[in-house]
Amino acid sequence: MSIDLSQFKQTFLEESDEGLDVLESGLLALDSGTADDEVIHAVFRAAHSIKGGAGTFSLTEIAGFTHIMETLLDEMRDGRREISNEAINVLLTSVDVLRELMDSARDDVPPQMGRVNEVQAQLEGVLNSASASGSDDTLQIQNGADNSTADDELAGWLIKFHPHEHMLRTGNDTVRIFKELASLGDLENCADLSALPEFEHMDPELSYLSWTIQLKNNKQQGATDKAAIEEIFEWVEDDCELSIEPLRLSSTSNEAASQDDVPPAEQSTVAVQANEQEAVDNVTPIATKADAKPALKASAKKKKAAEGGSIRVGTDKIDSLINMVGELVITQSMLSQMGDDFSMKKIEALREGLAQLERNTRELQESVMRIRMLPISFSFQRFPRLVHDLSQKMNKKIELKMVGEQTELDKTVMEKIGDPLVHLVRNSLDHGIEDPQTRLAAGKNEVGTITLNAYHQGGFIMIEISDDGAGLPKDKLLQKAIEKGLVSEQENLPDEKIYDLIFHPGFSTADQVSDISGRGVGMDVVRKNIKELGGNVDVTTEEGRGTTFTIRLPLTLAILDGQLVKVGNETYIIPLVSIIESLEIETDNINTIAGTAEVYKMRDEYIPLVRLYDVFDVVPGTTRLQDCLLVVVEGDGGKAGILVDDLLSQQQVVIKSLETNYKRIQGVSGATILGDGTVALILDMSGLLTLAKEIEPAQSYG
Amino acid sequence: MSDIQDIVGELNALTDENAEQYLTFILAGEEYAIDILRVQEIKGWNKVTTLPRTPDYLQGVINLRGTIVPIVDLRKRFKLPEIDYGPTTVVIVLKVFGEEHDRIMGIIVDAVSDVHNLKYDSIRPAPEMKGNADNRFVTGLTTINNKMVVLMDIDALMNSAEMEIELESI
Repeated sequence: MSIDLSQFKQTFLEESDEGLDVLESGLLALDSGTADDEVIHAVFRAAHSIKGGAGTFSLTEIAGFTHIMETLLDEMRDGRREISNEAINVLLTSVDVLRELMDSARDDVPPQMGRVNEVQAQLEGVLNSASASGSDDTLQIQNGADNSTADDELAGWLIKFHPHEHMLRTGNDTVRIFKELASLGDLENCADLSALPEFEHMDPELSYLSWTIQLKNNKQQGATDKAAIEEIFEWVEDDCELSIEPLRLSSTSNEAASQDDVPPAEQSTVAVQANEQEAVDNVTPIATKADAKPALKASAKKKKAAEGGSIRVGTDKIDSLINMVGELVITQSMLSQMGDDFSMKKIEALREGLAQLERNTRELQESVMRIRMLPISFSFQRFPRLVHDLSQKMNKKIELKMVGEQTELDKTVMEKIGDPLVHLVRNSLDHGIEDPQTRLAAGKNEVGTITLNAYHQGGFIMIEISDDGAGLPKDKLLQKAIEKGLVSEQENLPDEKIYDLIFHPGFSTADQVSDISGRGVGMDVVRKNIKELGGNVDVTTEEGRGTTFTIRLPLTLAILDGQLVKVGNETYIIPLVSIIESLEIETDNINTIAGTAEVYKMRDEYIPLVRLYDVFDVVPGTTRLQDCLLVVVEGDGGKAGILVDDLLSQQQVVIKSLETNYKRIQGVSGATILGDGTVALILDMSGLLTLAKEIEPAQSYG
Repeated sequence: MSDIQDIVGELNALTDENAEQYLTFILAGEEYAIDILRVQEIKGWNKVTTLPRTPDYLQGVINLRGTIVPIVDLRKRFKLPEIDYGPTTVVIVLKVFGEEHDRIMGIIVDAVSDVHNLKYDSIRPAPEMKGNADNRFVTGLTTINNKMVVLMDIDALMNSAEMEIELESI
């Protein structure tokens, strides 16, 4: 009877991803000292499930590796081991290694064992460094490699098996285990009955026995592999105390009783000395390895895998969907019934039915969009680790606060906002928060705080990244800008403009370039990426008090509210969010600068006019200004008035990408399909205004 | 008699591993052939939505069951004299393999002609050519019914760097 397990492998890997997240966040909580018993239990359970699953799917590297982690965690859980900073760091590194192992399991490629072995050695180093004093019932783990030298003189194995009382309740049967063992070699079994209670106190469902088993190599079968024995005990190893020791040739000649005394402790003390040295040696590499690079790489890979993957949807969302589809079906049947024998008397009912249909459709659409909405905690969850690693590396004390983690946004937006967010947080860590001495000298708490805050505002999600660090140095920024020739010395810039300079390409005020940030690439990319998502990023800062970056993003990339406008024979869509107002043109308010550039006086400001038909080179319906309408929009570079022939309806449009089959066109963010099946282009205000500026001079010369 | 031979030849080609099916179309009196497996569908000509600031041969985009598909006028692409679109004018919707991702694009041609089985050994390499349809887009020449047919490399045509450069320069 064999079941094809491969079909469950994907599920296991997905679950393990979650398990790893639990592990990581739990470990971080332990590190900050905020953890209670429940956290360490959760961490242990996560490691345990990963190990169990990995064993089932014959992912031996993962199972073996996790086993060591589990042992360490088990000791912590039982209070036998102090939860030290060092141990946590090694465990965190192990989580990274496990991620890599999972990735290679997912891609069906052999894992890179170099790093695995390295970290495994570190783990064992930690495990052995203090466990010599630990009690004997610790699960004794030895690496295959450790035993390899001993293999040739191996006569068999000495197995001490002490089931926990409840083991039988888990459906495991000792008899079966022994039968399996017997198939490996000659078995000498010695049962310890000392724990047996009086007959009247005995619970038949409990196990009171323990065994000392000698498994001697059988002449015919040859040497037995330790892994084979472990495999037999695989299902019970958490419900028992088990030790598997090699049986030496020399000792086999002795009495069986004396073999019991072969002290495992002796062996491990030798190992301890070696490993202690190793552990000390390893302390530095661990700290540097905790650099965010592997973590980031791993997360990037994971993201890649997740992009094509599945999302988890709450049942409540599914239920509401089903409800809505139900209503839709009812409305549909009502309408079709009406169509069967329609008379003008029913026109009112028809109108009502259609209104209901419209409402149903809209609700359905909203619900479907909600499926793609995920809480931003998916994006936030990587930051505790990032902050932990980087603050250690930079010797800063930093506390990370996260607010509004349940704020939902579209999955596609979330995937694309991840990297800019990481960049901003790293920036805050590196440039924002000062080192403890400086902070104390400035009369601040030596622990810096970085706050991530997410909330909804209108059709947007706002994400704030604030720190209580040094703030942006205004004078330095200005000086640098003058140096680079971005600003002339006479210019009197308002503060916001100065702070805005950090988003300029190649602009860095860091005195020293570190490998975390400060090369001056980045902030411009951050802004660019966010702009591509139809959002914006701003900075507010106060010197000495801290800096806040505010990201504004549309909730979804799939749908937008648009104003349909007509220019000549073409229909374009202007996103409603960028429209300030639409008005009829009063020719008196039009002025020209240098004869060509037109500006319109709206109340007390002058806004440039953009003739859309010029920019897009289409045949206009009219060029007479008084026949046109002016749509005042706000783009990247300020306000502008766009001349259109006519305003059509306002409607929600589904955004289709032009890049799928063609390429990006400046001034156009995408396309949509109108009710009549034709394609209409959605205008990208920032791009359009930039385009208009480029076109203007050419006109004046022509 | 020759008919029978033709049919037998075609049948042989059909079962022959060394042959592939090609769709031929007419453009300004010349016949071109493209790999039929790349053809998604053939549509009648309909109004397109023009894209601003694109080369003139990029006629615009159409809605193909919810997908936005760009349409290239092949006459304009090869700088052939333009004609008014008539009843035989069709859009051949093609799958184009690109370096980054595959795309769906349409080409406007005067008319579709036929489907032929072409053996590999019947395809002759194209001689060095000047002009608008240069060697990059032509994989070879063959003869069908005593007429020359140009085998066209769709990917090279649609991905040609020229298309990108022209976009930038406009």
